[in-house]
Amino acid sequence: MAQNIARTAGLRAYLYLRVALRGPTRIPCRALMCTAPDDRKVREKVTIHFINQDGEKITTSASEGETLLDIVLNKNLDINGFGACEGTLACSTCHLIFDEDVFKKMGPVLDEEMDMLDLSYGLTDTSRLGCQICVQKWMDGIVIRVPQEMNDMRRKKESARK
Amino acid sequence: MSAYCSRWTLRFLNRLCVSGLAKTNNKHVQHFSSQTSPSVQVCIVGSGPAGFYTAQHLLKSHKGIHVDIFEKLPVPFGLVRFGVAPDHPEVKNVINTFTQTAHLERCEFFGNVTIGSDITMEELKMAYHAVILCYGAEGSRSLGVPGEKLSGVYSAKDFVGWYNGLPANKDLNPDLSSDAVVILGQGNVALDVARILLSPVELLKKTDITQASLDSVAACKIKRVVIVGRRGPLQVACTIKELREMVNLPGTKPVLDRRDFEGIKDALKDIARPRKRLTELLMKVAMEEPSGRDAERWAAASREWSLRFLRSPIKILPTADGKKVAGIRFAVTTLEGSGENAKAVLTGQEEEVSCGLIVNSIGYKSLPIDDGVPFDETQGVIPNDMGRVCQTPGLYCSGWVKRGPTGVIATTMNDSFETARCVLEDIDSRVLDCSMAKPGHHALRGLLEKRGVTPVSFSGWEKIDALEVTRGDEIGKPREKLLDVQEMLQLARA
Repeated sequence: MAQNIARTAGLRAYLYLRVALRGPTRIPCRALMCTAPDDRKVREKVTIHFINQDGEKITTSASEGETLLDIVLNKNLDINGFGACEGTLACSTCHLIFDEDVFKKMGPVLDEEMDMLDLSYGLTDTSRLGCQICVQKWMDGIVIRVPQEMNDMRRKKESARK
Repeated sequence: MSAYCSRWTLRFLNRLCVSGLAKTNNKHVQHFSSQTSPSVQVCIVGSGPAGFYTAQHLLKSHKGIHVDIFEKLPVPFGLVRFGVAPDHPEVKNVINTFTQTAHLERCEFFGNVTIGSDITMEELKMAYHAVILCYGAEGSRSLGVPGEKLSGVYSAKDFVGWYNGLPANKDLNPDLSSDAVVILGQGNVALDVARILLSPVELLKKTDITQASLDSVAACKIKRVVIVGRRGPLQVACTIKELREMVNLPGTKPVLDRRDFEGIKDALKDIARPRKRLTELLMKVAMEEPSGRDAERWAAASREWSLRFLRSPIKILPTADGKKVAGIRFAVTTLEGSGENAKAVLTGQEEEVSCGLIVNSIGYKSLPIDDGVPFDETQGVIPNDMGRVCQTPGLYCSGWVKRGPTGVIATTMNDSFETARCVLEDIDSRVLDCSMAKPGHHALRGLLEKRGVTPVSFSGWEKIDALEVTRGDEIGKPREKLLDVQEMLQLARA
């Protein structure tokens, strides 16, 4: 835990310095959240279930170390408008909602991620940005929900009209 | 770095291939073979995020739709190109997904065409089954106070357009020689303007800010930027990321008055997390002593910025010769009510601030496009129900012209998807009668030629894009934007 805190604090200092010297760049997920998978080993396959904005369940297989954004884009999963800023913490379109036990296990949220999450629709206490979450073995079988607030708002308006 | 490049290239190619396959999430849609010509002609007016996201959703969901996107300028992307700050390049990554959409066979881009004058709304309605207005907000709200027209007073829209290379603002040439600037409004655009004025040139010169404005900012003598709001700290319209950038801006120090934050702590208990975190950051800066690197930086800072609350402008004061701005008079306000709906009411007190530059950042404003399109002058939007324009079948709207000029790209994205869903529903339920074929852009080409208007295709824009990137490369910038419309047109047609 202390190691994690020291690592994120050190990374934050490095990132600020990098921005000051070179301007904003993509913040690499691996450095933030998980140990870099050893490329010499075969990466474990992990099954992830997404519930998209229409309530449909999409099951996919992911490699350890990939971000959830990578998975949605590479597999072209049917989730609208995902990852507008391409993983640079400049939008909130990869907003995902997790079960509480999964959320707690995923570890600390940096201010930079929290700042963008604060702008998202349907923010919950177990929300994260997909571009900052790397798949790990223990996530096998988890169910992740895409926020449905825009759809819900529309249904409310329709039923008010009738 | 090269690993990233190849990874992103592969991803781009993958998406390009997959998006061409017949895959839809709309279960009621018929599947069309690639040989069948599209049966639903849709026209989108405006090529910013609203236009492209609406197009994207329509094209993905219905394989019989063809979308033509019309844009007044020769270059696409609207506020992504002309509004997003130069030092926020990652926000502009959406251009990649828009480019993919523009490359689809069923999508065509027509730049340099002004709807409302080159082509009328009536002509569009005859040529297309559905017309979707996504033209955003090209005006700005005025203060309505005496002195607003003095030299040295600019709307934020024009100021941002100037440093972002909007052709209409290329000759703005603001006078940056005074040491004090007042910005009216406390939203993200206000902070963008402050940040561009105060950022170290070593950082700005690596961005796509225009060279002319970079030279002006580099030579400026601005020492103090005051960002003024009519209401209090709990009502600031900016968001935390932008505020944090200001607090951490090299070479500057923030100046907040702790008296503005008395009693605020108690109000924090019950408010939503985003507002709470934003206010906590403001309070930390206002009330706590800085430590470590912050303390060193603030002590050494040669420039400062401040947030002034509860001040409403009543008059802009001229210099002795009456020609330029010398200052601004404020009425001191107090709040009635609390939270987001608190109202500012006058107390009778007044205050004056000297300055040589005022930027009015109180909001953009949409303008009516054509007499045939309903427009609500008070709200500054096209009256609509979830994007269906009221009392005008076949006409829709997305983005700022639908909702009002606030929100980030993600807001516009969700909003555009909502409008697209309504169009798809109307096609399905035959509210939109698509049984008769419509000619689409084929009906308009002859009219445009007769009127001496040559549209710029997407590949024409790509020539402009390539030259801008090459020019930028030579001076260590991502691009050096062309500022002149004629130059753009000549290049696009070459």
